[in-house]
Amino acid sequence: MKRYSAFAIAREAARYHTGWERAWASPKPKKKYDVIIVGAGGHGLATAYYLGKNFGITNVAVLEKGWLGGGNTGRNTTIIRSNYLQDPSAAIYEKARSLYETMSQDLNYNVMFSPRGVIMLAQTEHEVRGYQRTAHANALQGVKTEFISPQKVKELVPIINLDGPRYPVLGGLWQERGGTARHDAVAWGYARACSQMGMDIIQKCEVTGVRNEGGKVVGVETNQGPIDCDKLGMVVAGHAGVLAEKAGFRLPIESLALQALVSEPIKPCMDVVVMANTVHGYMSQSDKGEMVIGGGTDGFNNYTQRGSYHHIEETVRALVETFPMVSRLKMLRQWGGIVDMTGDRSPILSKAPIDGIFVNCGWGTGGFKAIPGSGWAMAELMAKGHSPLAEDFGLNRFTEGRFIDESVAAGVAH
Amino acid sequence: MLILECPYCGVQCEETELHADGEAHLKRFGPGSSDDEFEGYLFRRENPKGVHFERWRHVNGCGKYFHAARCTATLEVFGTYSAQTLEPPKDLQDKISAKRPGWTWRELKGEG
Ligand SMILES: Cc1cc2nc3c(=O)[nH]c(=O)nc-3n(C[C@H](O)[C@H](O)[C@H](O)COP(=O)(O)OP(=O)(O)OC[C@H]3O[C@@H](n4cnc5c(N)ncnc54)[C@H](O)[C@@H]3O)c2cc1C
Ligand SMILES: [Zn+2]
Repeated sequence: MKRYSAFAIAREAARYHTGWERAWASPKPKKKYDVIIVGAGGHGLATAYYLGKNFGITNVAVLEKGWLGGGNTGRNTTIIRSNYLQDPSAAIYEKARSLYETMSQDLNYNVMFSPRGVIMLAQTEHEVRGYQRTAHANALQGVKTEFISPQKVKELVPIINLDGPRYPVLGGLWQERGGTARHDAVAWGYARACSQMGMDIIQKCEVTGVRNEGGKVVGVETNQGPIDCDKLGMVVAGHAGVLAEKAGFRLPIESLALQALVSEPIKPCMDVVVMANTVHGYMSQSDKGEMVIGGGTDGFNNYTQRGSYHHIEETVRALVETFPMVSRLKMLRQWGGIVDMTGDRSPILSKAPIDGIFVNCGWGTGGFKAIPGSGWAMAELMAKGHSPLAEDFGLNRFTEGRFIDESVAAGVAH
Repeated sequence: MLILECPYCGVQCEETELHADGEAHLKRFGPGSSDDEFEGYLFRRENPKGVHFERWRHVNGCGKYFHAARCTATLEVFGTYSAQTLEPPKDLQDKISAKRPGWTWRELKGEG
């Protein structure tokens, strides 16, 4: 496969762009693979990539029921940060954030990582204390964050209204190297690199059953026929529970709809990401000029990739007070994704109760930022049977009461 | 927008009048139970793509809890029923069987 470069653009410009190759191959499934990954979202593709890159395991298939990156990976608001409270979270999210810094070079694919900085607004006294605590925890974890004053917030975000009557801005947790990336490009870049290593990415291939023999996985049933494997990675986000049931075990996961929306494109007005957790509103401006807005999850289980209208209303109503200019914006599109929520709002990276099966799920509303770190840890877990980054995220934490509680501050974790 | 009928007041409630309270008919485990039972009770949840039974509360109304049977894949509502029962009523189960032959939920099995 030819590398992308400035030279390649010049070459193709000279021949009317007739020489670009397909970024990844679309092969028919083989009879057997060493490893099958179910789900070609960011986490599944990153797992496959690091299996090849870090462990030389390339006889791998990634099976996707729809199109690659069409799940939550292509539906999120692309916020990347690592200012979590608990040590295991800070470790894996900071690993991910640092891999984002060099991802474009590593994959030879422009993922448009933009470390423009992320502010989490403190709009109640509880949040002030909570974020000061997080800033101290981050200092100990080696994650660079800072609690900043309302004046500094105003300098960074001129369009903000600091003294709204209901949600005044009392400060903010600022991570200078947080930001955004192009979500589709992350999936496409990993897919291209996996395909280049000889892995098979098979789209429109739904796993409909999991075959075990003597307590060990031997393969899967799909709509394209049975495929054998030695190891199976389940990386299907909102459908984790459905797939686990097919394999014969249960997960502590519930699937809910989470929505986002974008406005009409406007001139540049905000060059950082702002999260307002009290009111469940998140906003950044895309390179096209759209204001990208994310809200809270619906309260009930749902697989429809839509969401309740009143949640959008609540999100926008709250944002209008903090960003008065939002009231003049027309909204263009709204969509939903099915997020996989655990009881402690932390992910699961774990061996499953069946030999040879590994699960990676539970990233819920906040797993885009984690994609490279999660793939890195999951690959190690699948190749070696254990991984320091994944260790605390095992399924056994629910039996043993060792929760990684990230939900206390805001009730959500984006 | 989801609309459920409160079985106590008979009001057609739209979602913002209600609060979703998760899986219905949970069996509670107390002291003396095994780790596995506790984990199941506290964390493992039915999460079907299809027929589901839930607890809801008419918070901005009569304030009472009730049960609802819904399809999580289509958002169709099969019906609501009283909180004072350990199982969905037979006629509701039959109604679901007519629409979703062969449905299952925990140990419940539909006809067809
Ligand atoms: C509206 C919204 C906003 C969000 N905002 C942010 C944010 O700002 N920052 C952040 O960090 N995170 C955010 N998230 C969360 C983030 O999008 C997810 O945590 C992350 O993308 C999950 O990636 P994944 O690869 O695990 O899942 P997915 O991308 O959903 O991939 C799973 C894939 O598995 C496939 N699949 C399922 N079942 C089967 C089967 N049986 N056989 C074959 N394939 C199957 C699906 O089709 C899907 O493509 C947001 C999510 C949503 C919905
Ligand atoms: Zn009522």
